[in-house]
Amino acid sequence: MPERPGDDRMKRIYIQEEYCIGCRLCEIYCQVKYSKSKKIIKAYKEEMVDILPRVLVEEIGYNSFAIQCRHCADAPCVSACISGAMQKNKNTGVVTCDEDKCVGCWSCIMVCPYGVIRRDLAGRKIVSKCDLCVDEDIPVCVKNCPNEALKFIEKDENEKNMVKSRNGKKK
Amino acid sequence: MALKLTQSEFETERDENKCISCQVCVRQCSNDVHEYDNDEDTIYSDNLKCVGCHRCESLCPTGALKIKERKSQFRTNYNWSAGHLKDIYRQADSGGVLLTGMGSDKPNTVYWDRILFNASQVTNPSIDPLREPMEIKTFIGRKPDRLDFKINGSGKNTRVELKTKMYPQLELSTPIMFSAMSYGSISFNACRSLASAASQFGTYYNTGEGGMHKDLYKYAKNTIVQVASGRFGVDADYLNAGSAVEIKIGQGAKPGIGGHLPGEKVTKDISNTRMIPEGTDALSPAPHHDIYSIEDLAQLIYALKEATDWSKPVGVKVSAVHNIAPIASGIVRAGADFVAIDGLRGGTGAAPQTIRDNVGIPIELAVASVDERLREEGIRHKASIIVGGSIRSSSDVIKAIALGADAVYIGTAALIAMGCHLCQKCYTGKCNWGIATQDPYLTKRLNPEIGTRRLLNLLRSWSLEIKEMLGGAGINAVESLKGNREHLRGIGLNDRELAVLGIKHAGEAW
Amino acid sequence: MDWSGSIKKMKDSTQEYFTRHKIPSGCAVFGVANEAGERFDGRMLIDGISVMHERSNGLGGGFAAYGIYPEFSDNWAFHIFYDDTAARKQTEDELAKNFKILLSEKIPTKKVSGISGPPLIFRYFLDTGDDFKQNSRRKGADKTEQEYIVDFVMHINKNIRGAYIISSGKNMGIFKGVGFPEDIGKFFRLDEYKGYLWTSHGRFPTNSVGWWGGAHPFGLLDWSVVHNGEISSYGTNKRFVSGSGYECTLSTDTEVITYLFDLLIRKQKIDLKIIHLILASPLWQEIERMPGDKKELVKALRILYGSALVNGPFSIIVGSTGFMYALNDRIKLRPLVAARKNEYLFVSSEEAPIRKVCPSPDILWHPDGGEPVIGMIKKNTVKKEAGKRLARLDNRPVEV
Repeated sequence: MPERPGDDRMKRIYIQEEYCIGCRLCEIYCQVKYSKSKKIIKAYKEEMVDILPRVLVEEIGYNSFAIQCRHCADAPCVSACISGAMQKNKNTGVVTCDEDKCVGCWSCIMVCPYGVIRRDLAGRKIVSKCDLCVDEDIPVCVKNCPNEALKFIEKDENEKNMVKSRNGKKK
Repeated sequence: MALKLTQSEFETERDENKCISCQVCVRQCSNDVHEYDNDEDTIYSDNLKCVGCHRCESLCPTGALKIKERKSQFRTNYNWSAGHLKDIYRQADSGGVLLTGMGSDKPNTVYWDRILFNASQVTNPSIDPLREPMEIKTFIGRKPDRLDFKINGSGKNTRVELKTKMYPQLELSTPIMFSAMSYGSISFNACRSLASAASQFGTYYNTGEGGMHKDLYKYAKNTIVQVASGRFGVDADYLNAGSAVEIKIGQGAKPGIGGHLPGEKVTKDISNTRMIPEGTDALSPAPHHDIYSIEDLAQLIYALKEATDWSKPVGVKVSAVHNIAPIASGIVRAGADFVAIDGLRGGTGAAPQTIRDNVGIPIELAVASVDERLREEGIRHKASIIVGGSIRSSSDVIKAIALGADAVYIGTAALIAMGCHLCQKCYTGKCNWGIATQDPYLTKRLNPEIGTRRLLNLLRSWSLEIKEMLGGAGINAVESLKGNREHLRGIGLNDRELAVLGIKHAGEAW
Repeated sequence: MDWSGSIKKMKDSTQEYFTRHKIPSGCAVFGVANEAGERFDGRMLIDGISVMHERSNGLGGGFAAYGIYPEFSDNWAFHIFYDDTAARKQTEDELAKNFKILLSEKIPTKKVSGISGPPLIFRYFLDTGDDFKQNSRRKGADKTEQEYIVDFVMHINKNIRGAYIISSGKNMGIFKGVGFPEDIGKFFRLDEYKGYLWTSHGRFPTNSVGWWGGAHPFGLLDWSVVHNGEISSYGTNKRFVSGSGYECTLSTDTEVITYLFDLLIRKQKIDLKIIHLILASPLWQEIERMPGDKKELVKALRILYGSALVNGPFSIIVGSTGFMYALNDRIKLRPLVAARKNEYLFVSSEEAPIRKVCPSPDILWHPDGGEPVIGMIKKNTVKKEAGKRLARLDNRPVEV
């Protein structure tokens, strides 16, 4: 299983929905990353992007936020996977899908409590799921969010921020 | 419906080779300029609605958009400029007062650009701020006429004790403060960014006439609270929380009239902070209805000092008008600890365009004449002078101090640092950058973490530049620059202007 | 070089011409005080300052001497330069109107090569006395005698073309002009005067016009200031003193230092021992480290007197009837050396002049930036002329 250079154990993407502006640039850059050319204009104009972004912006009224795989500690998708394609890395805890092993049964999609696994648009069996961009410094959705609504930090740091915000009434 | 004669002011130029129809522009424009056509898979733009805020251009991931000013070409007429024609069209369409936002954009002389600063050479060394201490710490407040000391002991054991009790002072780490911008005219996130940056950098921000939001009380140590003509949010807690109290008599962008916050912008939060019913217009009257003459002002100043137990500086903010020198003199004699003067080009959230552009005088001339007058009367030391009204760079700050100011207020510059593109549509409440709006969909766009960071960067970079320029002039403490007009020279100014500013022309020595 | 021709050619009074071209100060200072009040003649100063010849360029030199007029010790001694007799007449009329003139005479001089084109140089010994009381009723009873003198000096210097009062103290005088200081000293026959405190100065102006009145020391009342350096806070300091009625009429920035001393010490009554905290304030980072009450004191001084902070390189020696005071700027951009031997206190731009007149001082040190050197003269030791032998400092007797 490829590991990120620098070994950022336990860093996860955390969402600050109060700063999400609903621009969906996270979705766009996720698609570009998994395109063939990885260049935004070429990918959109020539490849007729039919890649599903692995992050999804949920929106109701003026509330919005971007959500992707939570890499659950006790991932239901891993338990449900019949072919063993869904794997949880013992060190980093990142859950990834091995496309060669996936048989397209979609059990994972049905059990995911967050609805962040989706069927591939073209109807292929392979599932589309966030893998925390293991080959990049920081995930592209976090890097390209224009309002820093997504944060890529240690679990502990986030807990600290949460406590501060609860007491200080951040919003 | 009759023909409307208004024309579009901007046009969006879209490079079709780069546009990927990602629709970020469609989602981000609060004026609904862009629209996506599903069948054609293209985006169409309605230029009439574009205000030139550059939001779409900044967010476009491929750089496909460019916003251009669209100047319809009328027959050349130096008297009836296009601006005049368009204003009349708008007024004939609407029958109302033309509103606008931010500071005057008219081509009056910008004196900052006609004043040059000095550097020391040969006869006097310049000082290297990277290697020598360079002090820009500033104090705002009333100073006593003299100090009394008690001397104990003699010879080696002499101890000198200070007997005079000093008046309360604000201590600034840099001579730059954030100007008054009310919660209501700008969003809560913007206020929070200003408060947080001021607090971290060691300077002050001003609540403006909107009162102090309860979540911002934690920044109270770095807050100047304002008492404006509407007295919004003014109660004992408010007065005692802030570090200084500023009575707002006037504002540079609209001398002589009060403020107006439309009812649509008065949300529940604002209603709580300003202590007015939700949805009602917040109208600040033109004068304070208890200040009709200078002695009434003295009464209010002393009332506020009593209410705050004489523990904070109490000052007055006025617009720069023709008689600013005697007005300032009167204010100092009425007991104010500082006088804040806001010049012709000061910003605003909403003001009638004709007043913004035609009433008042530039701050450069105002500060020179106020400093001169107060010195002539021997009362300059009694109060600090703070100036604002379009301070655009660190060199403007230096020139303002050399003309006689103690410190400067920046408003527009701070908003620009946070993302403002000066489209002048603040009064619509549809600020795309999340600054001059209360719409929750739009206010999310200003992340206070980012806003604070950018403001801190602004303060830091200006402070470093100020130190560089001070060192270049052979000065290592900003108090040696205050009123030091020998370090300024005018360029391209006539004798009268030079006389009012009190400076020589470039090329003339001491 | 003969300046007399070019100076005479100027239609305006030299003072006016000079005023348009301000000249920063260089470059050599030397002062000697005898703290016991014993008097010595000017040769010591001439010897000392001549060693620093290279620091000047011959366009200005001068001396201040205290205790030199013991017969007139209670009267005001005015030294005045005139461009022409018209100015002299005008001024003497004013003097007669406002004072009782006890004696008026030309200051004795000697022809020295290198000194040419001097103005008319006169001195007057004056009394305010009864006249003062009469005038004070006319002008306002709350003016002190010193304020009266200051106003008079400002009035003459500003309003009478071609007249300039160069010193206006009691039992002291300033001797200065265009030339090397040692030549000026000989020109004014300073070996014939005896004083207990002398300061001297040599100039290196960066302008080709030399004006006799522009040399140092600069004097007002019994203050005299010699200054090496340039004040970058001049504009600020000038505005600060002008608020209290001091007009900077001259073309040297040294003038403003004199006014600062007069304002702070005489008017605001600030103790001499803490003046350096205003003029050469310590840095904020040092103030932060000071103990509680000292910190409050220094902070208050900086807040109130920020406009009196003198920025830019300087070494100054200030003379007054009761003391000699020397100070460097806060980051010591100019040199200053001090030494003591018995009752003598020396301050100088270089060590060499001190060694020339006093080869083995008891102590010699280089004061820090912002650290004052103060020599206090014991009162009542100024004696009238007597045939006292003054031992030279290397113990060879010298004629008195």
